[in-house]
Amino acid sequence: MAAESVIFALASGAGRAGVAVMRLSGPGVAAVFDALTDRPPPPPRMAALRRLVNPDDGSALDQALTLWFPAPASFTGEDVVELHLHGGIAVIDGVADALAGLPGFRPAEPGEFSRRAFRNGKLDLAAAEGLADLIDADTAFARRRALWQMEGGLSRIHNDWRERLLTLLALAEAALDFSDEPIPETLDLEIREGISTILAEIARHLGNPEAVERGRDGYRIVLTGPPNVGKSSLLNALARRDAAIVTATPGTTRDVLEVRMDLGGYPVSLFDTAGLRDSSDPIEQEGMRRARAALETADLILEVRILAAHDCSTSVGEADAAAPGRMVFWNKADLAPGVAPPFGLTGSAQSGAGLPALEAVLAGRAQAALEAGPAPAMTRARHRAALLDVKDALDQALTAPAPELCAEDLRTAMRALGRVVGVVDVDDVLDRIFSAFCIGK
Amino acid sequence: MFHVKQSETDLRFDVIVVGGGHAGCEAAAASARLGAKAALVTHKLDTIGEMSCNPAIGGLGKGHLVREIDALDGLMGRVADAAGIQFRVLNRSKGPAVRGPRAQADRALYRAAMQDALANTANLTLIAGAVEDVLTVDEACCGVRLEDGRELHGGAVVVTTGTFLRGMIHIGTRQIPAGRVGEAAATVFGARLEALGLRMGRLKTGTPARLLKQSIAYEGLEAQLGDDPPEPFSMLTKAIATEQTVCHITRTTPETHAIIRAHLHESAIHAGNISGRGPRYCPSVEDKVTRFADRDSHQIFLEPEGLTDPLVYPNGISTSLPEAVQLAFLRTIPGLEAVEMARPGYAVEYDFVDPRELTHGLEVRRMRGLYLAGQINGTTGYEEAAAQGLVAGLNAARAVAGQTPVQFDRTEAYIGVMIDDLVVRGVDEPYRMFTSRAEYRLRLRADNADLRLTPLGLDAGCVGGARAALFHVKQQDLEAALRLTTSLTATPSAFEAVGAPASGDGRRRSALEMMGRLGPADARLLALWPELAGIPLPARETLATDAQYAAYLTRQDADVAAFKRDEAMALPEGLDYASVDGLSTEARQKLIAARPPSLGAAARVPGVTPAAVTALLRHVRNGRSAARAAG
Repeated sequence: MAAESVIFALASGAGRAGVAVMRLSGPGVAAVFDALTDRPPPPPRMAALRRLVNPDDGSALDQALTLWFPAPASFTGEDVVELHLHGGIAVIDGVADALAGLPGFRPAEPGEFSRRAFRNGKLDLAAAEGLADLIDADTAFARRRALWQMEGGLSRIHNDWRERLLTLLALAEAALDFSDEPIPETLDLEIREGISTILAEIARHLGNPEAVERGRDGYRIVLTGPPNVGKSSLLNALARRDAAIVTATPGTTRDVLEVRMDLGGYPVSLFDTAGLRDSSDPIEQEGMRRARAALETADLILEVRILAAHDCSTSVGEADAAAPGRMVFWNKADLAPGVAPPFGLTGSAQSGAGLPALEAVLAGRAQAALEAGPAPAMTRARHRAALLDVKDALDQALTAPAPELCAEDLRTAMRALGRVVGVVDVDDVLDRIFSAFCIGK
Repeated sequence: MFHVKQSETDLRFDVIVVGGGHAGCEAAAASARLGAKAALVTHKLDTIGEMSCNPAIGGLGKGHLVREIDALDGLMGRVADAAGIQFRVLNRSKGPAVRGPRAQADRALYRAAMQDALANTANLTLIAGAVEDVLTVDEACCGVRLEDGRELHGGAVVVTTGTFLRGMIHIGTRQIPAGRVGEAAATVFGARLEALGLRMGRLKTGTPARLLKQSIAYEGLEAQLGDDPPEPFSMLTKAIATEQTVCHITRTTPETHAIIRAHLHESAIHAGNISGRGPRYCPSVEDKVTRFADRDSHQIFLEPEGLTDPLVYPNGISTSLPEAVQLAFLRTIPGLEAVEMARPGYAVEYDFVDPRELTHGLEVRRMRGLYLAGQINGTTGYEEAAAQGLVAGLNAARAVAGQTPVQFDRTEAYIGVMIDDLVVRGVDEPYRMFTSRAEYRLRLRADNADLRLTPLGLDAGCVGGARAALFHVKQQDLEAALRLTTSLTATPSAFEAVGAPASGDGRRRSALEMMGRLGPADARLLALWPELAGIPLPARETLATDAQYAAYLTRQDADVAAFKRDEAMALPEGLDYASVDGLSTEARQKLIAARPPSLGAAARVPGVTPAAVTALLRHVRNGRSAARAAG
């Protein structure tokens, strides 16, 4: 029976914390000591402080507490290693990358630790530890994040690859399953060209991931409110005050302005949207469409209102304002001395009053949301590992000596990409075939 | 003709098979091969083995099924060999795993050969009669009652009633209740199955008009020849003895499409008279014309229904337009300008049982002893039906004998892929086999079906002596050939000397390795090692393919191992999904409908996420601890 891979995942929560526990499991896992510490494993179940270095270039990764649990007395019943790292995102990122580069090592799929533990009669332990490897895609945050990823950056790229790869696979499968039907002769060429294009894009992406991935895991705050309540001033004030601006991209039109910043240690994207109102100007309509899209993918909608005795109406009720996805900030408090807000926070973007409190609350919300989702470093390592597999399979597809082997390589590539974009089923392939070709006798 | 070998007054059997189509024939024969006393009940004995749709067996995916049926000593391959009048192996250039044997069959010869095979099957009685109801005792099926009041008693019943369940034929706006033209629909029986509480659904399929051969002008039409020599389906067939013939290809024209468009509102399907869902891969000509409006022509294969049969089957233009419209559009097709129809095409709607009601052994979960096979389970195609019939008949006989059911998994057979798809995922259109359905396609070749399955068949008891002997000889030949081809080795310079490609690494390579690279009949290798010619070509082909695919197959071993590990994690039959925490409503409903037997199968249920699988794991694990604590 083929040996199982060594899988690894963060056993502690995601996000910034003092200590992050990276857990590794599988036969041959002890090789990690040789590769990353150049020393043998410590005695079983004894903590040992080790310097971790990147096996590729010898650069230091972290000073970590290491633990070695030989099978079967371990979390999964397999050989297990735990690396207790310093909790910074860069450290976790670096270690995950180094681990993914070791032969036979790969990031765990959701539920994989539990499954191994179950097989070896250890699930009680896993259940007790809260199944840290289980990504719960049902949380509202994960849904919003999925939506956002669909709109933006990385996921758009992944889904684009998925669509094109699915089409190529459908073409290859159609040529096999419906060869007695009238199918274009040029199919082979079309498939090869498609593969080459995707390959080049993946290679570029793997070579320079930062350009695409930066900001991918930020917390999205969208400022809304009628015109002239001071949304832009608030955005500028928050951005200027907290420095650490990564980029300030003007929106593609005059609509949505995005500012990326670090708030209390958490990556945050702030969006300033055009006020929503009726307009027949097509450009403005497009701007509002984008504003609405931003709102749909927001983790937090921060409604800005003017604090004034005569205007305390908002679209958000007091109860809603306490909900995780909603908040109201009463601006221009300096113009209404003595007026108390009906609820929520108040201050002035102009004078800076109340902004530290606002920042603290925003950082708290970002922390809560980001730590509920999958760890950015692990997500990134998994994506990278999957894309490397896609690339290998596509490379092989180009030189496959028979059409059925080319199709096999395309299936392998699709499965690997499926680890990122979700499983692609045979029914997806058949759907694509039947919509592309008039097949059937 | 066949003979009733037993007195019909003795109405006690081990296994009773209802239906004499492709599923019923294989089911009855499989039960009998296992030594069960079997009965096959059907409306009319002389329509046993009827090909009610197109006169062909095999093809892509389907040819694999026929080879697998043959490997388990089933009938379809041998019967098709006796009746085949044009054999072609499809996909020859696409790679060995997707090569699909196919044959045009003479309808009368097929029927005769099937009836002959059944007549020569020991332990089998053929009974003419219409089944009205199943008999039960203690919630288990123990026989059937016929319309004439006779009761047949047995340990298990296999129902293979095809499209007969509340069948409704549509020709234009005319509706005729029937399974096939001229035969009574089993409406009572359908109601009875529904009364059992089985989930039912409705599907449709279609068939084209039948044409009179003498009214077709073949001059100028493209002729399609068969392979020479023809390659048989069955390992038991030495050579094809039946006379061979040709098919012809013609095409629809813009005039054809214009007529069809003008009369779309009269098509049963387009007029909305049909609620059942039809297959996407077998569209009616109305569908083709509307869905692919940019195409002004579609291919039609003119397939003879037999050597002397006066009818021709025009493959590619199934329709439910009114008779007169059918004739009008047919006459716009080259070669068919003066064509006469023997009977019009039609669409047929019928009930099927949600196959998720079944176990992997094809037994109805709610009624022990009742097995379903074929179109009644939502499939289409003779081969799909026959393969299910074989599995149902096999398991019915084993159950009566007190043996555990035999199952084929997705890594070892197309039969396993199909049954797993049916009982775990269910169907929403008539299910047809495609090679793309097989995850482990490279392993599941038509040429190695016997190597994969005959040993399992021997274990299960369904493989007879003649095949067993042949198989052992083949195995020994292959082993000897493997020994020979791995023992013969040569250096790169030796390869260079005979003009074969050589690598510069100086490493000796075996004949097997080189055959994997250069093919099984490479003249240069035969020059280097004349003894290779002593190995029969089919054996060399099998070895060469295995060698060529070794890298892929080894890579897949890890996937196969993971698959088997998940299959081995059994879920209890009575698992209470309502009490499993952390399942989404959708996942919960789908799991309740499918009742997957293992964690692996649960993961294949649509809508079941990794999170849901883990929740299941946790539940099962906790349940066990609780059971231990309670015990």
